[in-house]
Amino acid sequence: MNNLLEIKDLHASVIEDSLENNQKEILKGINLNIPKGEIHVIMGPNGSGKSTLSYVLSGHPNYCVTQGSAIFKGKDLLSMTPDQRAAAGLFLAFQTPVELPGVNNVNFLRTSLNSIRVARGESELNAVDFLKLVREKAKTLSFSMDMLKRNVNVGFSGGEKKRNEVLQMSLLQPSFAILDETDSGLDIDALRIVAEGVNSLRSPDFSALIITHHQRLLDYIKPNYIHVLAKGRIIYTGGAELSNQLESEGYGRLLEEAL
Amino acid sequence: MNDRNQDQALRKQLEEDSYKWGFETNIEMDYAPKGLSESIIRLISQKKQEPEWMLEWRLKAYRLWKTMTPPMWGKVRHPVIDFQDLHYYAAPKKNTAPKSLDEVDPELLRTYEKLGIPLKERAILAGVEVDENRPPVAIDAVFDSVSVATTFKKTLADAGVIFCPISQAIRQYPEMIQKYLGSVVSQGDNFYAALNSAVFTDGSFVYVPKGVKCPMELSTYFRINARNTGQFERTLIIADDRATVSYLEGCTAPQRDENQLHAAVVELIALEDAFIKYSTVQNWYPGDKNGKGGIYNFVTKRGACRGARSHISWTQVETGSAITWKYPSCVLQGEESVGEFYSVAVTNGYQQADTGTKMIHIGRNSRSTILAKTISAGKSDSTYRGLVRVLPKANGARNFTECDSLLIGNRCGAHTVPYIESKNSSAKVEHEATTSKISDEQLFFCQQRGLSKEAAIGLIVNGFCKDVLKELPMEFAVEAQQLLQVTLEGSVG
Ligand SMILES: Nc1ncnc2c1ncn2[C@@H]1O[C@H](COP(=O)(O)OP(=O)(O)OP(=O)(O)O)[C@@H](O)[C@H]1O
Ligand SMILES: [Mg+2]
Repeated sequence: MNNLLEIKDLHASVIEDSLENNQKEILKGINLNIPKGEIHVIMGPNGSGKSTLSYVLSGHPNYCVTQGSAIFKGKDLLSMTPDQRAAAGLFLAFQTPVELPGVNNVNFLRTSLNSIRVARGESELNAVDFLKLVREKAKTLSFSMDMLKRNVNVGFSGGEKKRNEVLQMSLLQPSFAILDETDSGLDIDALRIVAEGVNSLRSPDFSALIITHHQRLLDYIKPNYIHVLAKGRIIYTGGAELSNQLESEGYGRLLEEAL
Repeated sequence: MNDRNQDQALRKQLEEDSYKWGFETNIEMDYAPKGLSESIIRLISQKKQEPEWMLEWRLKAYRLWKTMTPPMWGKVRHPVIDFQDLHYYAAPKKNTAPKSLDEVDPELLRTYEKLGIPLKERAILAGVEVDENRPPVAIDAVFDSVSVATTFKKTLADAGVIFCPISQAIRQYPEMIQKYLGSVVSQGDNFYAALNSAVFTDGSFVYVPKGVKCPMELSTYFRINARNTGQFERTLIIADDRATVSYLEGCTAPQRDENQLHAAVVELIALEDAFIKYSTVQNWYPGDKNGKGGIYNFVTKRGACRGARSHISWTQVETGSAITWKYPSCVLQGEESVGEFYSVAVTNGYQQADTGTKMIHIGRNSRSTILAKTISAGKSDSTYRGLVRVLPKANGARNFTECDSLLIGNRCGAHTVPYIESKNSSAKVEHEATTSKISDEQLFFCQQRGLSKEAAIGLIVNGFCKDVLKELPMEFAVEAQQLLQVTLEGSVG
């Protein structure tokens, strides 16, 4: 079996003190297989559950799985802690990256990379080797040294935060990356750079799940499949050409057909 | 669910391991009977072979103390302490004034070894394991009431620096003691200072002569071992004109169910152009996870910047104790004198801390800086309490205060209580305060990047405190960072 990730009948709720009986079901039976080496795209209306899916897969404590399973590299993904999932090769580029006041970006990147290296049984990188590596990656992503020296995402513009996510991805070299609207808020040059960041990771051992609202990104990254997520379910799956159709028609017809 | 069970087992383990300094040393002890009276004070004074004037000084303090009551203004809660139920003197039996390290009880040396403070002089004398890059540190170790070893005596003596147990200084340098002891914190200053003045048993004395830069860091290591004892050490540091000295104090205590009292007094005196840097890493036993046991740390620390352009800098990292009540302060008498207070106070479990500083501006153009970082986790409660007072003659005095609190979880508290009293209109006093919380989103983000929850908290906390930690001498900064992480282990579910 060549599937990197197999999601079966996944149901998940958000846990919120403010909600009546504390829970609200958002994912209502997701089925999705992602084979090794493939890039899948998820599109869908606002509030349909795309970010929720990315959080559930990466283990965010505010969401609880009520039914179904997710098998990653043959292991039960849902029983792992978030850091175990990261060590297993899962990476999430956040739709809204978090700020860490007081925590220097370079220091953070190094701690992150070394945690993952140690978990994989590799040795830690020393400061000198790490700096060399991070400089090189930053350069290909046109990420300035000044931003490396600043605190993680503090005072970064929206686009800079997204680029920082991609920098982290290219440092950590995950085998599976979820990009949650990483292309939103990027200028045209940045969009191309980010796309190159993803493409440079492309290999038979790298898969990605890209969440996006725009066809633009798909001009640079050619996906194997596009899925449409609506109201907590995948209602339609098509090839790379689907994005053009959605761009001109919207989701209306697909939604109607699904009902 | 499996995950949760594992998590619980791990947390239990952490709780049990978390105070690794909690062991007890089996050494025969020499105790004074429990309770406090004039005859106990006479006994202490006699054990220490003190001159008559010292006994009188103590008795005066005792008489003052009897008229006083414990301070109630702190935001800390504890049962009434029965001061008659404590031993005021406890000393390892074998150790009657060691002349050199070889005379120190080997069991005691092993204890210090375990605490990670090998008395380095041994190694240096034997010519082994000396790291050329590490500056040497002279250590005075105080075990319950007695100072057991002062290392590097000779190197210091060559520089003219006196660094010895205060009991020895009382016998050897009576003029200096009579001139300076109690000159910053008088016998009647406050309830605990009065108690300390009456019964203090040991502590360190430092004198750095005119123009001398002390050739090494000086350090004292305090340890409470015996049961039902209070530890009342007394430290007196004098930096003469243009002298410079950096001093570090570290503390631990065994894990016990009953509370133990620690009431120290530290006095610093900086003369013209002198600089004293005093750093504390306080890690007394904080009590168990239910709030049982732990040290009551009621301490009076004050420095007098007597000379023009003198400079005193306090840095503290407070992670231990069930209750911490301390306000290292500066009396800025000299013109253009400088006072600094850098503090990190961490509380977890049921710990309580009420700590801060006082900056008293008397001299013209005196300046002070206060940077206080408070971290609360678990069900703990932490208060920063600071006073900046500018007296009428302190033209051009300036103070800058920044207090930042970081909360971990929803059940802890942090409070900032600044008092500002300015009697001089040319003075400038600024105060800034922030409160933040480590959010679930931040923790999740770090975990998604491969960090364990513990490591994530450590990273954020160290980022929060780094401006204070960088004030510590290098090697202690690393120790302090680790201590912060250990203290906060298990602080989030
Ligand atoms: N913490 C929360 N509390 C309450 N409701 C939530 C929470 N998280 C998500 N939801 C709800 O779940 C639904 C799905 O949200 P989600 O963020 O997954 O949507 P999305 O598909 O990523 O949307 P967008 O395209 O706008 O990013 C929304 O209705 C949202 O309001
Ligand atoms: Mg979203």
